[in-house]
Amino acid sequence: MESHDTSTVRARPEPLRAVPVRHPGRWVAVAVLAVLVAMFVHLLVTNAAFNWSFMADKMFRPPIIEGLLRGTVLMTVSAMLIGVTLGVVVAVMRLSDNPILRGVAWLYTWFFRAVPRLVLLAVFGNIGILWSRIEFGVPFDTQLGQLFGIDNLNLRLFGFSSRDILTGFMAGLLGLALSEAAYMAEIVRAGIQSVDEGQTEAAQALGMSRGQLLRRVVLPQAMRVIIPPTGNETIAMLKDTSLLLYVPVSVELFFQLDAVGKRTFQIFPMYVAACLWYLFLTSILLVGQYFLERHFGKGYGPAGRARLRLRGMAAETGGGGNSGTVGPA
Amino acid sequence: MSELIPGQPGAPAAESRAGAPADGSGLMVRAEQVHKSFGSLEVLKGIDLEVRAGEVCCLLGPSGSGKSTFLRCINHLEKINAGSIRVDGDLIGYRERGGRLHEMREKEVAAQRRAIGMVFQRFNLFPHMTVLGNVVEAPVLLGREKKAAARERAAQLLERVGLGDKLGAYPGQLSGGQQQRVAIARALAMRPKLMLFDEPTSALDPELVGEVLDVMKDLARDGMTMIVVTHEIGFAREVGDTLVFMDGGVVVEAGDPREVIANPQHERTRAFLAKVL
Repeated sequence: MESHDTSTVRARPEPLRAVPVRHPGRWVAVAVLAVLVAMFVHLLVTNAAFNWSFMADKMFRPPIIEGLLRGTVLMTVSAMLIGVTLGVVVAVMRLSDNPILRGVAWLYTWFFRAVPRLVLLAVFGNIGILWSRIEFGVPFDTQLGQLFGIDNLNLRLFGFSSRDILTGFMAGLLGLALSEAAYMAEIVRAGIQSVDEGQTEAAQALGMSRGQLLRRVVLPQAMRVIIPPTGNETIAMLKDTSLLLYVPVSVELFFQLDAVGKRTFQIFPMYVAACLWYLFLTSILLVGQYFLERHFGKGYGPAGRARLRLRGMAAETGGGGNSGTVGPA
Repeated sequence: MSELIPGQPGAPAAESRAGAPADGSGLMVRAEQVHKSFGSLEVLKGIDLEVRAGEVCCLLGPSGSGKSTFLRCINHLEKINAGSIRVDGDLIGYRERGGRLHEMREKEVAAQRRAIGMVFQRFNLFPHMTVLGNVVEAPVLLGREKKAAARERAAQLLERVGLGDKLGAYPGQLSGGQQQRVAIARALAMRPKLMLFDEPTSALDPELVGEVLDVMKDLARDGMTMIVVTHEIGFAREVGDTLVFMDGGVVVEAGDPREVIANPQHERTRAFLAKVL
């Protein structure tokens, strides 16, 4: 590691001993913050409206935990799964050569990004007003039948009562997932477009079709760009499950906390409980996101590339491989 | 070695179908009056070129002369606006039916490209796959070979380009010269009957140019038909069977490389050679 300086052999000079720069501003900041923190703690401890014991008693009750597991966690996972899958499809459509697919994809993202999620959820929650039954079949069948003198021609293939299916959880899931797909489509599109054009050309030159090169060459490389914002989307989705209050979805954390608060006239403690629950859940996701980003950032960026090359060189010279200078990935 | 000679026997019969009128003449590539414009900018203004099977053709010319564009037209990465390009007798990108030209579908174009290998200036290796993965990917994905057979052949090809010890490395761990040699092996894995090289050494450090040229010379000796866009006059002189000098979208001069380099007929060629030699 040491340079081989053969011309002159000089003793290494003593380390510098200098008076460091003082930072009086930092001490002032600490003092101000200390006062503010003390005021905040004073508020938490002395204000009776917090009613801590009541909150601690209610926030772990079974309906609330069930709401947390089903309405928040399960809903987030399901909505993200559908959202990501559909988002990839919409993104690929948006980048396709087919102008009709491109148009449909544009229309989809336009609509679902332009309508606020809260409004969307309210609409989906009340879609039963529009149809009591949702059926699929030949459009205008009754009218066409009348044209040919057939009364009550029914060409419906299958259907279901919207009151059975499209209420509560399913309506909320549909609203969140469809809206998420629009945002994910934009993220995936940016990811695909971030991959060097030369990759597509190399794959084409080898004789791969568009689908093959997307699946095997472009999308795996786009993941590096897609994953970090998807983490953000997941965190945002977790928080947005609280909007399900307006569908309404009753098996949901905020719905349950809100209901307890209104029933007992202890609204504020239950809202504080909601804050604490969401803080806890998003913190877990933040930790997960940190590791995910570190994993997908491997081998990229100036630092990552340098690390890879160093390792390659070390392996080549038969040296110590991952020595201290290379460090863990 | 002989197994790796990528002559016609290796290519499936299905791809060199339809009479192949040029077969008798031994022509691998026949370009006639190729025109190509990007918007209002005409890059190729009627290129005629014939390359015989087993020949090495070097395309030379200043940047912007259209040589890379022409190369990309040969495997239909660029659509031509007029003229025709035939590879081994087959029209590239179009089909003649009832006296009319029909554009090929994407799948058919892809099938045509499988017989034409291409090496890029910037290597364009797949960074998320190992060296072996890069070479194995296309033959396996496109159903050319079973996985085990493809791996074995890929290892042979990599051995041939001098990278037999790098199978498990990722492209990011290799030098430019090594990456380009992997790219050549990757193209050869599809058993092409024609290889296109688009300035294969222009992005390399000077000391790494030699190792790539050596691989290409080896390939030429084995009888591979090659079209090489290059600035390496030495390579053209040593390996080339024909040298084509292009400028401003036309072929200025073509002929035996040694002849053209020693005794250029056109003023433009002379001026260019004076600068690069």
